[in-house]
Amino acid sequence: MHPAFSVIFLTTLIGTGQGLFLALYTGQVYAFFHLLSEQASKGFYLGGSLIALSLLIAGLIASFFHLGHPERAWRSAAKWRTSWLSREVLALPAFMGMVLLYGAAHWLDWNQPLVTIGTLTLSATMVFGALGTVLCFVLFVCTAMIYACLKFLQEWHSPLTVINYLLLGSASGFTLATAYSVYAAPELMGFYGKWAIIITLLAMVTRVASLMRNCKLKPKSTLQSAIGVRHNKIVQQAQGFMGGSFNTREFFHGKSKILLRSVKWVFLITVFVLPLLLLAGGLSTSVTVLLSAAFLVQYAGLLAERWFFFAQANHPQNLYYQAIS
Amino acid sequence: MQTSASTATTQDRIEVKNTTCYMCACRCGIRVTVKNGEVRYIEGNPEHPLNQGVICAKGSSGIMKQYSPARLTRPLRRKPGSERGAGEFEPISWEEAFTLITERLARIRATDPKKFALFTGRDQMQALTGLFAKQFGTPNYAAHGGFCSVNMAAGMIYTIGGSFWEFGGPDLERAKLFVMIGTAEDHHSNPMKIALSKFKRNGGRFVSINPVRTGYSAIADEWLPIRPGTDGALLLALIHEIIRLGLYDRDFLVQYSNSAELVNLDENSSEYGMFVRTEVPEEEGCFDPQNKLWWDRNTNKPVVTHAAGADPFLLGEFNLKDGTPVKPSFQLLQERVKDYTPEWAEGITGISAATIRRLAHEMGITARDQKIELPIAWTDAWGKEHETVTGNPVAFHAMRGMAAHSNGFHTIRAMSILMSLLGTIDRPGGFRHKAPFPRPIPPCAKTPKGPEGVQANTPLGGMALGWPADPDDLFVDEKGEPVRLDKAFSWEYPLAVHGLMHNAITNAWRGDPYPIDTMLIFMANMAWNSAMNTVQVRDMLKDKREDGEYKIPFLIVCDAFQSEMTAFADLVLPDTTYLERHDVMSMLDRPISEFDGPVDSVRIPVLPPTGECKPFQEVLIELGSRLKLPVFVNQDGSRKYRDYPDFIINYETEPGSGIGFLAGWRGKGGEKFMRGEPNPRQWEMYAKNNCVYHYHLPRSYQYMRNWNQGYLEWAQRHRLTRYAEPINIHIYSEVLQKFRLAAQGKSDGRQPPDRLRQRVDTYFDPLPFYHEPLEAQLSDNARYPLNAVTQRPMAMYHSWDSQNAWLRQIHAHNYLFVNPQTAQAQGIADNDWIWVESMHGKVRCMCRHSEAVEPGTVWTWNAIGKSKGAWNLAPEANESEKGFLLNHLISEELPANRDGAHLSNSDPVTGQAAWYDVKVRIYKADAGEPEQTSPQFTAVPSAPGTRKVRPAWQAYFAGKGKWK
Amino acid sequence: MEMTQLALVIDLNVCVGCHACVTSCKEWNTSGQAGSMSDDRPYGADPTGTFFNRVQTYEIGAFPNTETLHFPKSCLHCEDPPCVPVCPTGASYKRKEDGIVLVDYDKCIGCKYCSWACPYGAREIDEHQKVMKKCTLCVDRIYDQNLPEAERKPACVLACPTSARLFGDVHDPESVVSAAIRENGGYQLMPEWATKPASHYLPRRKTRIKIHADELSRADNPLKKERQLPQPGKSEPSLDDVTSW
Repeated sequence: MHPAFSVIFLTTLIGTGQGLFLALYTGQVYAFFHLLSEQASKGFYLGGSLIALSLLIAGLIASFFHLGHPERAWRSAAKWRTSWLSREVLALPAFMGMVLLYGAAHWLDWNQPLVTIGTLTLSATMVFGALGTVLCFVLFVCTAMIYACLKFLQEWHSPLTVINYLLLGSASGFTLATAYSVYAAPELMGFYGKWAIIITLLAMVTRVASLMRNCKLKPKSTLQSAIGVRHNKIVQQAQGFMGGSFNTREFFHGKSKILLRSVKWVFLITVFVLPLLLLAGGLSTSVTVLLSAAFLVQYAGLLAERWFFFAQANHPQNLYYQAIS
Repeated sequence: MQTSASTATTQDRIEVKNTTCYMCACRCGIRVTVKNGEVRYIEGNPEHPLNQGVICAKGSSGIMKQYSPARLTRPLRRKPGSERGAGEFEPISWEEAFTLITERLARIRATDPKKFALFTGRDQMQALTGLFAKQFGTPNYAAHGGFCSVNMAAGMIYTIGGSFWEFGGPDLERAKLFVMIGTAEDHHSNPMKIALSKFKRNGGRFVSINPVRTGYSAIADEWLPIRPGTDGALLLALIHEIIRLGLYDRDFLVQYSNSAELVNLDENSSEYGMFVRTEVPEEEGCFDPQNKLWWDRNTNKPVVTHAAGADPFLLGEFNLKDGTPVKPSFQLLQERVKDYTPEWAEGITGISAATIRRLAHEMGITARDQKIELPIAWTDAWGKEHETVTGNPVAFHAMRGMAAHSNGFHTIRAMSILMSLLGTIDRPGGFRHKAPFPRPIPPCAKTPKGPEGVQANTPLGGMALGWPADPDDLFVDEKGEPVRLDKAFSWEYPLAVHGLMHNAITNAWRGDPYPIDTMLIFMANMAWNSAMNTVQVRDMLKDKREDGEYKIPFLIVCDAFQSEMTAFADLVLPDTTYLERHDVMSMLDRPISEFDGPVDSVRIPVLPPTGECKPFQEVLIELGSRLKLPVFVNQDGSRKYRDYPDFIINYETEPGSGIGFLAGWRGKGGEKFMRGEPNPRQWEMYAKNNCVYHYHLPRSYQYMRNWNQGYLEWAQRHRLTRYAEPINIHIYSEVLQKFRLAAQGKSDGRQPPDRLRQRVDTYFDPLPFYHEPLEAQLSDNARYPLNAVTQRPMAMYHSWDSQNAWLRQIHAHNYLFVNPQTAQAQGIADNDWIWVESMHGKVRCMCRHSEAVEPGTVWTWNAIGKSKGAWNLAPEANESEKGFLLNHLISEELPANRDGAHLSNSDPVTGQAAWYDVKVRIYKADAGEPEQTSPQFTAVPSAPGTRKVRPAWQAYFAGKGKWK
Repeated sequence: MEMTQLALVIDLNVCVGCHACVTSCKEWNTSGQAGSMSDDRPYGADPTGTFFNRVQTYEIGAFPNTETLHFPKSCLHCEDPPCVPVCPTGASYKRKEDGIVLVDYDKCIGCKYCSWACPYGAREIDEHQKVMKKCTLCVDRIYDQNLPEAERKPACVLACPTSARLFGDVHDPESVVSAAIRENGGYQLMPEWATKPASHYLPRRKTRIKIHADELSRADNPLKKERQLPQPGKSEPSLDDVTSW
């Protein structure tokens, strides 16, 4: 597939935003169960929520660049029964709203009990956070399923796609939370930092697992099945036009194998190895600028990861577009 | 889908008109829908006999030709001070243009008319252009046939009195086995596609013999890859096998060919090699008199052919009473092919002997065992009545692949003979004629016989092109040297029945046989793909004499588009497109007849001319009137015809002849056909009838027309022919023998100049023989081991369609296709840049591996490469950056001989351009070389009147007034 | 199965690769309801444009046993079209009444997701109208009562010189297309994705002639009439000279 930068930014930005929200709420939940001392100010949550929201909005804006007719984007909510894209289009604003509500509730100190479940008495912020978390996971699933549901894009058609979207978004969000806490709540730095390391490590495992899986993929479609001729030696001589078409522009990355391989190593290092080192270094040495660097490097790495995610996907339609003459 | 704004509203002005396509030479009927003055849609006319509603890729892209930015729209004069080839022009008015031409041509006509040369491309109006040239008095007229497929026309017409394409074709409706050899996919394309598909669906077996498997060959049941130029060897081996096994149709050969006729073999006689004749016929004319002899089996005596009860020997040798040794000509054929064994042919063609045998058996057995008997009673020319028409369902088709070799004439003679041996001529399931064919062998039209035929202010004393029957019919001076500029009908190319347009510019440039003054080129891209040796021809066009005058002093080009040729013109005349003009597909030219009877058709304008475009016919009629050429003026010298449509209605070949350009709806009220007084409403009647006139012959006249008394008399009555005599197949060609006797000094008439005696003696063999193509004889085959040929893409017609925004997306540039084995031997990978080199030149291009080409051949699509800026394409267009022509590798002349004399790179019998004889080698381009084809040419600017701005993008939508 | 499903059947046995279907489609549709169909750099380098139909060429096998296959490809109007459910706006839809898969340009947001969801590459975005376009089976022709019935067919079908393109209802067992599929081994492309393309392809079929050796030697061989078979002289030795039984 030809990686579209609009989609690369959309998925990485909202992923980070989602991850950041998860981090904020994780902190609050820890505090609620007293696993973490009650510390953070309302400003911390509001600030964090606004950063998460900004990332979501930026992602949304990026997504508009992908559309031929952004003015009709509202129509895309219509087919939520069948289309993961449509579901994402619903889930994203819902989640954004909940993030806003969550931040606002913190700012407005809506800490009076709202719901009681058994022995647990939950405040508005806790409830909104829980709802936000649900929506956040829904959004991760929707976003990932847009790709994972396309069964003939075999590189994508795997639970690993969903897991990776979830873990990579969360990793970058927790790394961002770590960097954020340096300024807004230094006492949480260690908490977020450790979680960032754990999730980054998990993401590394699942992302490498998906790379290994994709390495072994055997394309289900072949030139034989594409044209319905059973013969070992079939060569396309002409695709029917010479100056390119949508089929050659949209579904081919047009880059060399070497570049593709380089990008893979670049993202493995920048999404996982470097951020882990930087996080560990930052936490152990208290050179906090390393934590900010960890986020920046990881996000940049995610752009490469997402580029690779698209470029690596081999669309069966490409079988029909191999040669001009 | 759009829900609004696209369907026709009541305000839309929708018109639907019928006319005839001209995106290639096929001439399909089309229905054009025009919405608010813009072409909405062009579809095949379902009522039309030729295409029955279908249409091809080109026909469907007519819109993009109509609105092409390459269209010339104003008459142009080369800018004073600018050089030819630079393409710098200034617009002038038609009146200025006509005045300029008239003055110049009047002067030439009054002094030496042959200094005016008129050459035309595939113009479909040769009857009119030929008439104009003849009236002008110049012998220097020809259309593109000489560099197209004249071998096919001549080889077949000199053998069976008819030929493929317009004049005949394979009857695939009833054939069971179809053998196609080297056919160009852009010719007669839709009818061939329709027929092929039906043929295959009916269970017919299709064998394709071609070095390359593309196009039609793709769907063949069997592909026999053959080395180019060796078809003759294959055909002779097939004949060998068919005769060896007795698989020929003996009755057919006896009755309908000269197989059993006795040939004089007295070497001392001036009649050596001629048929023995019983008596001098009472009437001499353009036909074969029935005065030859057979050797009758029953009486063991010579008898006059077709004598009642006689059954002649086809084989054997006999002595006449006076002791003259004679043999039936079939015996001579058998002797000729004796050594042409399948094993011999295998070494030449690359097709195994076993395969050749099997093919011969398939042909012979199918012809013999799957006979068709149609219950159609007919009477033969000897008065014998037949209850049925028999067919031997083996059909052949071939075109330029066989023709465009210097051995093509004899190859095609061999094919015609094979078709005759199988008994397939004008019979169901075999070859069928189309009116006005069959014609006598050879047809009657003749050129003047010498320079006296060319006189100042006088029409030419004969036709500019004709069909020589013997050396006396040549168009030569007293020394035996050519009268025509292209040397057609001289001893160099005696049967050059379509001329040698490919040598016209070279000869004019060299002044050999003489310099000329003005050349008018209509619709032929002689500075590009229509020229052999393109680079040097372009130089010749702009070469100057010592006094600074161009060697070809005045060059007029009429074309609808800014081709490569227009840049070299002194004067450019903008022609219309096919949608803007009247045209006739006339019985006097090449009509669109069907097997079942004569058909002619017309074009009627669908749109008004763009800008100042004027149909070339109107130009000719205007010039004819201004020059006061006899047929175009009244006795008092006043203009006779208002315009071309008026000319078509009222012109008669002779006053009161009743024969004109159109055969349908003649007579005052349109009640007559073929012959009748002019009908003032003839165009309307064509318009009402799908632009086509189709006369269905009675079924009993539809077959065996060479010998069908009813048909021959019908044809005579309707003035298709002068004589109703049978047209026997020339298995043995006495016409050729007459030239050979002259060359051997054995006959009394004209003799060739000594330098050509051996050439004529060799190539005017009365029986077909195989010889290596001339270029292969003269080039270093070890250095240039490969054959290079072109194929014709079905979505392009010659150079015409690179200007077509839709079609050029299909073929934007071209590759050289090379068998991977051959490429890898040179270390050439797929997609590599390579050089292709012949002994004449070299070209840099890209290589594409292909398993569908025999390893000794490389090929590319024809005429995709373009010169920069031509056709108003952007300078960076693929056509000029990556596209290339093979023409740069092919010479129009053979290397000069020791005396410096030049012979055309053509068939020595017919002057057919030997495009496919070229031998090449390939090698990898250096890594540092530019990734661009070579040679490159300086870009020419857009001509005034063409669309200056090339849009970054466009979206055609008819009817909104943006495209008119 | 009882519903109508219009489709094409493409007979590879007769397709000669002429591209008539390619340009006739463009010509009809560019000024029709599915139009316009734009062309970029129409007279420049690498010209490219929107087409609903392409003809491709494949080489099968190695010389000299090579088959050249011309292969037209357009939307297959799948019975279970993966491009339809993924569309977020419902612009991409399959008509209940005849099974044609269409795009409603007014609803299309140009997200290209449907094209990703089509394994056949049958959809092309219009780079200027910014909506997804595809073969409509000439839905603006095939129901046009102003046309004679014989012409209510897709433009490509009418144009095809070898009639390699058949059109009809593949759910009607009596239709030309159903018969063609049934009788000639019609098949679907990429069956592995279970998209159930309505359009089918017919494979190459070969006709051969079997000649038996005895057909080559026949009693009525015309050579026999030419004294080619020598008759021994009557005085030459024979069995009569040596035995009396």
